[in-house]
Amino acid sequence: MSPRLSIVRHGPLMTVQDQGRYGYRSRGVSTSGAMDRDAYAIANALAGNKPGAAAIEFGLIGGSMTTDKDVLVAVTGGNCKIEIAGKPVAAWESHILQAGETLTVGALQGAVWGYIAVSGGIATSPMLGSRSTHLRTGVGGMDGRTLTAGDVLPLGEPDMLTPLVLGQPYFRRPHPILVVPGPQNDYFEEAVWRDFLTRPFQVTTSRDRMAMVLNGPPLRAFKGHDIVSDATVVGSIQVPGSGKPIVLTADAQTTGGYPKIATVASFDLARLTQMPSSQNFAFRAISPDTAEELFIAAQERLEAVLGSVCSKTKKRFWEP
Amino acid sequence: MTRSDGAISYPRIVRSGDQAVSIEFSDSVSESANRQVLTLDASISAHPIAGVLETIPTYRSLAVVYDPRQARGSAIGEELIRRSVSAESGELPAGRLFEFPVLYGGEHASDLDELAKIKNISVDEVIDLHAAAEYRVYMIGFAPGFAYLGGLPEILHTPRLGIPRQRIEAGAIGIGGQQSSINSVPGPSGWRFVGRTPYRLFDPNRHEPFLLKAGDRIRFLRIDAEEAGHLDDRVARGELDIREIA
Repeated sequence: MSPRLSIVRHGPLMTVQDQGRYGYRSRGVSTSGAMDRDAYAIANALAGNKPGAAAIEFGLIGGSMTTDKDVLVAVTGGNCKIEIAGKPVAAWESHILQAGETLTVGALQGAVWGYIAVSGGIATSPMLGSRSTHLRTGVGGMDGRTLTAGDVLPLGEPDMLTPLVLGQPYFRRPHPILVVPGPQNDYFEEAVWRDFLTRPFQVTTSRDRMAMVLNGPPLRAFKGHDIVSDATVVGSIQVPGSGKPIVLTADAQTTGGYPKIATVASFDLARLTQMPSSQNFAFRAISPDTAEELFIAAQERLEAVLGSVCSKTKKRFWEP
Repeated sequence: MTRSDGAISYPRIVRSGDQAVSIEFSDSVSESANRQVLTLDASISAHPIAGVLETIPTYRSLAVVYDPRQARGSAIGEELIRRSVSAESGELPAGRLFEFPVLYGGEHASDLDELAKIKNISVDEVIDLHAAAEYRVYMIGFAPGFAYLGGLPEILHTPRLGIPRQRIEAGAIGIGGQQSSINSVPGPSGWRFVGRTPYRLFDPNRHEPFLLKAGDRIRFLRIDAEEAGHLDDRVARGELDIREIA
């Protein structure tokens, strides 16, 4: 009998996610997957899982859970209070959760999306090649819905149960959110562009896995706010008639009819999705070529961090 | 490309960040632009471009999703323009032809009476007009399997509702502007609905989860409530495969 994970208490937006569902966008299927791909990948590596194993994503507040066999667990995404059998443990490293013990994950501080990876991975049935949950269409994960107390999730068999840590730190530098202008950059006049690139914006509380509505100077499209529907991507910044930009995220629909002023550079999207509501930030425009180079460099840094994962008995980077 | 008179010349390349590049053939809905999109898409399926992960064909543009570690967007854009020149003359297959049985009116056709009133014709005339046309799937998007159809008779062109409805069922047949549609999953919609088909455009548990693809052709066949109920039962039991009639 393979191990199982039981949800005792659930946060408001807990779902099963992996690295996303690819190859079906021409059929209208969103990619979904973790909102913060790096934090998800690191949680998996710390739990001793292969890349792509499914984990639990939670929005703002975690929950508590138990297993019927000993497993490794790791929580990433941001810092929060984590307890195993009532004893505090650290985020961004893995711990043994013994059969019958309870893992409790509190509220994230300064971040929005957290990840709980369990050794063996969440083993719900894949749908169209992925275990990711797409809430709007009820596809994937646990019957296509958020997790709730009483749910029992199947787990894969773990390879080993050695607690792991990162051998080198993972961090993101604070700077403006980088965007690539377009595809409908010509719908907006110079004055609007000046506002877009100089004035502060905030993520509002109207945010979920599909999109985030921003607050800031209203952006008027002089050519109008309707286009013949075309493809949208994760990171598209749509501008509807309200003038309030909408940034599409993991569960984004595949097509849309609003002009898109810009696209968030993919390496920078997680920093925006992790930004607490009401916090000021600015946009800065870069070329597609630069965005590609920054993405490649960020992937290389992530690979190095994932490759640095090692047993806790080894020397850590922050110890003298 | 912008000409000196300010007009845009097509095809042109636009960028969507660092992992997608689109080629646009027009800024409006046209069958010829859509044919160019689908012909180029077929060319990429037959002769893949290195680094391209997937494509998203829409009314007038083809978005190409790529991995920047394998290929740069600028090079992919150049290749799309090169191929589009030959795609213009390329032959596009006619597309599969399907017949969808439709129960017009009833509980899933909240707008049929209103539509007849707006157009100043009878409900039966609305139904006959809608059912007599042959439609073409211009694109699949918005939701899994959702089909945007071109070919709606002009007299039935009607703007979308000002306030969308919260829940429209799968299978509902809608009218939005110049287009018709078949709903694939339950969800909100501002389209006007005239009937429903028992067939399911999307069923993730089916051997082929998606019924339609861009380029397919569709005819509607009017059925009565009794037959619709019968077909509902067979669809629920997974017994029914849609007929390709040409």
